[in-house]
Amino acid sequence: MNVIAAMSGGVDSAVAAALMVEAGHQVTGIHLALASTPDASRTGSRGCCTVEDANDARRVADVLGIPFYIWDLAERFRVEVVDDFVAEYAAGRTPNPCVRCNEQIKFAAVLDRALALGFDAVVTGHHARLRDGVLRRSVDMGKDQSYVLATLTERQLRGALFPLGDLTKTQVRREAAGRGLLVADKPDSHDICFIADGNTRGFLGKHLGSRPGDIVDDETGAVVGQHDGAHGLTVGQRRGLSLGVPADDGKPRYVLSLSVADNTVRVGPVAALEVNNIRTGEPVWHTGLRTGESFDCTVQLRAHGLISPATVTPYETHADVVLHRPQRGISEGQTAVFYGGADADIVVGAARIESADRSRSEVSAG
Amino acid sequence: MAEQFAAVGNASSLHASGRAARRVVEESREAIAAALGARPSELIFTSGGTESDNLAVKGIFWSRRESDSRRRLIISPTEHHAVLDAVEWLHKHEGAQVSWLPTDAYGGVSTDALRGCIDEDPDDVALVSLMWANNEVGTVNDIAALARVCQAYGIPLHTDAVQAVGVLPVDVTASGVDALTMTGHKLGGPYGAGVLMLGTDVSATPLAHGGGQERDVRSGTLDTPAVRGLAVGVEAAVRGRLDRAPRVAALRDRLVRGIQAEIPDAVLNGSPLGSVVADGPGRLPGNAHLSFPGCEGDALLMLLDARGIECSTGSACSAGVSQPSHVLLAMGADVERARGSLRFSLGHTSTEADVDHVLEVIPAVVERARRAGLSGARR
Repeated sequence: MNVIAAMSGGVDSAVAAALMVEAGHQVTGIHLALASTPDASRTGSRGCCTVEDANDARRVADVLGIPFYIWDLAERFRVEVVDDFVAEYAAGRTPNPCVRCNEQIKFAAVLDRALALGFDAVVTGHHARLRDGVLRRSVDMGKDQSYVLATLTERQLRGALFPLGDLTKTQVRREAAGRGLLVADKPDSHDICFIADGNTRGFLGKHLGSRPGDIVDDETGAVVGQHDGAHGLTVGQRRGLSLGVPADDGKPRYVLSLSVADNTVRVGPVAALEVNNIRTGEPVWHTGLRTGESFDCTVQLRAHGLISPATVTPYETHADVVLHRPQRGISEGQTAVFYGGADADIVVGAARIESADRSRSEVSAG
Repeated sequence: MAEQFAAVGNASSLHASGRAARRVVEESREAIAAALGARPSELIFTSGGTESDNLAVKGIFWSRRESDSRRRLIISPTEHHAVLDAVEWLHKHEGAQVSWLPTDAYGGVSTDALRGCIDEDPDDVALVSLMWANNEVGTVNDIAALARVCQAYGIPLHTDAVQAVGVLPVDVTASGVDALTMTGHKLGGPYGAGVLMLGTDVSATPLAHGGGQERDVRSGTLDTPAVRGLAVGVEAAVRGRLDRAPRVAALRDRLVRGIQAEIPDAVLNGSPLGSVVADGPGRLPGNAHLSFPGCEGDALLMLLDARGIECSTGSACSAGVSQPSHVLLAMGADVERARGSLRFSLGHTSTEADVDHVLEVIPAVVERARRAGLSGARR
């Protein structure tokens, strides 16, 4: 095959490209320039689009003996990912920008361009297995990234290759070291790549400013405090709430919901966080499902964690999900990924969480 | 050059080895001066074009500001970044005022425009810097005519002649310029070696202070092997120019006409083929710079590279992202046209077969790049 290898400058994409070269494919390395004003070098483990990262990717391409180019997608990234991220928070939701980047940049802008230029597929260093159109969790559950790939459509997955799915992170580093790649020991990147200092609240504050509003007790409706902007808070958060009035029962209160319409944050006891009914937006299904026919699966509601058995009823425009174990801290805007198969590791489908219904939740006291 | 790597001796030392090295340097200086029509005492060895440009622009500005309180710099927006960025730095940090000369649709400047610009306040102009030939679109300026304008006002003219030496008829004395930048790697000489020709009556404040080499203007131990290599390169390039330039120009003309026959909407940027300036070509003989509507230049570059054809899209920033050419933008091109452009450079090793190969693959490459352009990497 004639493939594009998206090379971030990290160890995963380096090994992914190396494996493709060794499997006899024709590989062209590209580094995506996503930051409008890239920093010269990395700050700790944060970020992924500095000049230093581009140089690391170039050096890997040198060692592998493949052509290497920079693709400038900064403008598209700003519009599709960064602006969307800010707008979602402004709308009271908690987006996952990595999901968005995979949907709109890596397996849309990059894939479309690669296919148009005559390439067969885009290779990335994601930790997930993809065989015959079936997306599965990585063998390394701790590093699994199937969650951030689950909303890719069948067409997008047809143009994707994830050579690392059968390797653990430790094995990937060993493969890199064995090939003399200098990125073998490079720290993993965490956090959000376009927020270099890791301060998401500060970033949002800069874009959205201060929007003060009331903090309201969910049970009594009484105003118990003020906030500087709902975007500064997230569902399930406890710390950082300046509540003037203590709760009747003296127990801590948590953010239950963010209402954009009246700029109100509702708080309540930890038990009120528990949710077992979810309504999603339009789902992507990877298997043939019949509308209205419920099925049991395992659902994951956040990039790391919030996993529960569930019953899902698919419709054309949405899906209803009943969690068998109520979960805390479910945020609208995150993705619900449905896993099936004997090991509950096959991605059946995915959809964005539109609402986590608390009023109908049958929260068990015991 | 290679024989000099084995030689020991600092050209600034007084002992026998030092004298031997010094002799090599001075013979090289004389050879380059003869080839360029300059006097040996006017040549200052540098690390290349960027250093020569910076030394000329900053050095002459500082000197004229100190002696005469002059603060105005006149340049064209199509200059090389080594001039542009030095000028912008002076503007930002040293109080320089910048007057931008308007360029014509080919990226060249006229004597009328220069005269008009100087006339706004002749007594405040520290320096005029205008390139001999443009590195991107190949347009040649009539430097001798521009120098005559400057001379009438007593204002020094610096010219970046990196593209011109060995390619165009360059006679420093006859041109009347006060400072001229040239570099080795553009004419088959070594990388990292260049010259600033600086008239002996022109004062420049040094960028680097130290041992006082090179007329106290450019301190630093001279790189004797590089200097020797540079001299050999300049001599060969200048000597072979009249044999080489017409042959390269003919190949280039066939390439451009062939591409335009295959891709009818491809636009040639810069001076027309066959144009004439003063006593030489009006366009660098090896330069073919074209815009391909609907294409991204970097997509074209990648597709051609995969087929063994190496070309350029212009300048890249530190991260390697190609930027829309400031030269095309200055010529009035929109961002789309600037992004969809490509430069083919031909030289003495280029062959008819190379041109055939480009003409054979270009239709499919452009069609594919157009499809990719439409798929919208940039919406």
